[in-house]
Amino acid sequence: MKETLNLTLKVWRQKNANTPGKFETYEANNIDVHASFLEMLDVVNEGLALKGIDPISFDHDCREGICGACGAVVNGKPHGHLPKTTLCQLHMRHFKDNDVIVIEPFRSQGLPIVKDLMVDRSAFDRVIAAGGYVSVRTGSAQDANNLPVSKEDSDLAMDAAQCIGCAACVAACPNAAAMLFVSAKFSHLSLLPQGQVESKRRVKRMVYQMDKEGFGNCSNEYLCEAACPKGISVSNIARMNRAYFKSGV
Amino acid sequence: MPLDSKIPGGPISEKWTQHKFNLKLVNPANKRKHTVIVVGTGLAGASAAASLGELGYNVLAFCFQDSPRRAHSIAAQGGINAAKNYPNDGDSVYRLFYDTVKGGDFRAREANVYRLAEISNSIIDQCVAQGVPFAREYGGLLDNRSFGGAQVSRTFYARGQTGQQLLLGAYSALMKEVDHGSVKLFSRREMMELVLVDGVARGIIVRNLVTGKIESYAADAVVLATGGYGNVYFLSTNAMGCNVTATWRAHKKGAYFANPCYTQIHPTCIPVHGEYQSKLTLMSESLRNDGRVWVPSNKGDKRPPASIPEEERDYYLERKYPSFGNLVPRDLASRNAKIVCDEGRGVGSTGLAVYLDFADSIKRLGKEVIEARYGNLFEMYERISGSDPYKEPMMIYPAVHYTMGGLWVDYNLMSTIPGLHVLGEANFSDHGANRLGASALMQGLADGYFIIPYTIGDYLARTPLPKLDTQHPAFKEAEQAVTDRVNKLLNINGKRTVDDFHRELGFLMWDHCGMGRNEAGLKLALEKIPALREEFWKNVTVTGSVGELNQTLERAGRVADFLEFGELLVRDALHRSESCGGHFREESQTPEGEAQRNDDAFCYVGAWEYQEGGTPVLHKEHLTFDEVSLTQRSYK
Repeated sequence: MKETLNLTLKVWRQKNANTPGKFETYEANNIDVHASFLEMLDVVNEGLALKGIDPISFDHDCREGICGACGAVVNGKPHGHLPKTTLCQLHMRHFKDNDVIVIEPFRSQGLPIVKDLMVDRSAFDRVIAAGGYVSVRTGSAQDANNLPVSKEDSDLAMDAAQCIGCAACVAACPNAAAMLFVSAKFSHLSLLPQGQVESKRRVKRMVYQMDKEGFGNCSNEYLCEAACPKGISVSNIARMNRAYFKSGV
Repeated sequence: MPLDSKIPGGPISEKWTQHKFNLKLVNPANKRKHTVIVVGTGLAGASAAASLGELGYNVLAFCFQDSPRRAHSIAAQGGINAAKNYPNDGDSVYRLFYDTVKGGDFRAREANVYRLAEISNSIIDQCVAQGVPFAREYGGLLDNRSFGGAQVSRTFYARGQTGQQLLLGAYSALMKEVDHGSVKLFSRREMMELVLVDGVARGIIVRNLVTGKIESYAADAVVLATGGYGNVYFLSTNAMGCNVTATWRAHKKGAYFANPCYTQIHPTCIPVHGEYQSKLTLMSESLRNDGRVWVPSNKGDKRPPASIPEEERDYYLERKYPSFGNLVPRDLASRNAKIVCDEGRGVGSTGLAVYLDFADSIKRLGKEVIEARYGNLFEMYERISGSDPYKEPMMIYPAVHYTMGGLWVDYNLMSTIPGLHVLGEANFSDHGANRLGASALMQGLADGYFIIPYTIGDYLARTPLPKLDTQHPAFKEAEQAVTDRVNKLLNINGKRTVDDFHRELGFLMWDHCGMGRNEAGLKLALEKIPALREEFWKNVTVTGSVGELNQTLERAGRVADFLEFGELLVRDALHRSESCGGHFREESQTPEGEAQRNDDAFCYVGAWEYQEGGTPVLHKEHLTFDEVSLTQRSYK
């Protein structure tokens, strides 16, 4: 197997939220197949910096697939074509020599572009602030084992709680819905006895905030689950919808 | 200034209880009149901001990430310790305290560690109440496991994502307070300077990373929870954004920096594979339960592992430490990997790796059992390396992981600057010279949920804090200093990139102040770092401008601080001519080649005071051990 690749990148460049953007073409040469996608962008950026060109801005931090900072649409797919993989964990061995790679930001009304590949996901924080928590003060908790939780429920709650808040689900959805993100948090808490006390109020407020942020609604395309790097199930959306109807809105 | 640790008197088990009673309180109606700045939203920062908000303080929380949920605590895999003794296997607060003091190689304060162990149980209660989905048994109660060689099962975990779940718990508590209006959140802000008025911490200067604007915020107290400095080594398991800037800026304003040379090197990481590499990925050390570590017996043996016959393999950990074998503590496993690679017996394309081989376990237990235990880790390894660990041995090598050193704080978590409090990995306090597995999460949350809410009240109640705002000349002066510095970086227009300097610094640090250190190497580093720093300020290129989102500029500022801080780290390592914890000084070893501590000369915390344009001054806080007697660790 060839150990390096020569690639052509078509990258969305946009100076800031108020300036229109466009695609620019860059050559990425001698890219090691063992490099990650973001390391490939690092190499391109080093080259741009030496030529005095503003490097491509992109969000990233842990580079282990857990912080949820990174993400871009690569050849039409959020986080690229590999299933259950964040962009930082996508390695160049999954590309071929002379490939043309189109890289653009997650696009949605609820996620305005900040610069180049970076988007503003603060809407997600506002949705969580609208009830994505259990109202327990520090110091007021009972002994942890006073509240048994069945292993099945606990495991289901954990499956939902794995969401990294990257927003790939929104980017994948034709309606730019944030239902997978919102329902994952709702499910995590409503599956546990700790979260049930406030469940009705929570679902009403979180859905209200979600709509207010400009996200669309679910029409059962399931593209969100396919794009989710943590494989969060769309059954969470059904769980949230049931709770929403029962909440007496 | 002499260091006063303010450790309360009385028996160790009563100190914290008594101290809490002696602390002054702030009247509930007065709390909202006090503003507290919290920088950093990891476990320590988010839990502190949330808890202070609940108490009624007016809290301003800052993070450089786009959301507080992304702080690097999120990446912790293994678990969190607590002395619940649910498994009935003999654990207790005292045993957790004892193990942690001993594990820290007798370089931590007994009183702090006892308090940490005492609080550990409340942390688990709090997190479960928030909905943290810890692993459970079929009866619905919490499951525990043994971790990092502990002889009791005291570790609580949420699959391999314990840090993520604890952080999301703290983040949800934080967002609850944002919802209630007691916490105001400032994301994408990087702290650039600490502001002192009359010698007291009264605010910060930040750069708004989206607009580039320099902003000032005033408060009655400042809390730093800004994490560790592992990225001074360039390659580490830390997130790309982790940096020393906030603590270093505070240090330059008068906060002493304690034990900077205490860094933890984790033995099981995926090895370095190329120039372009940006970070190292940790593989859980639980892999050593079933994997056997080996290298070829002969130097330069480049055959593929399967072609190396059994008698030509050296299972060096099993050979040297027959009773612990592959399960020796982190520092020993790391150091021995370096020794065999230095001997020319390392494997892989770089020769800087050792095998971690599961063939015997797969033969003995079957592939299904190994898959059930480590399936997700094997998948992660294959994703990154492209090699299948079921078929060929993994390659691993040690990497910088955690930093035990940090800003010096007293028992109240206050630094040598009045009003400046430091929590979590950013302070130096509880892990001594070596942190035990599953202790970092415990300490971050102990500081944030259960210590600072008490001690900061005492400070606010006792200290006269005249009203002031950001129009005060001290803020204007600090803003100007930040602006000048940023402009200076942008106007160098040199020929080398920021990452290029960072990489060179990192390799220097790793070569001379990494797993093994000696006087000659440290002295060499002390010459090279200032030279590199000088070149940086003449020859770095930073594109773009100040008034916009500029990631190169962000990195340049952080690397500039690492170039100053690295020198202090090396200086500290040079002065401490003993081996202890994760810090192996080659001149100080036993006849068998093991680490030799020197309690007569070095049983103290080394806290450095910054001197403008001069050599930093060392202050010593002597450590006394009344409960746990000083012994040399042995794993033979």
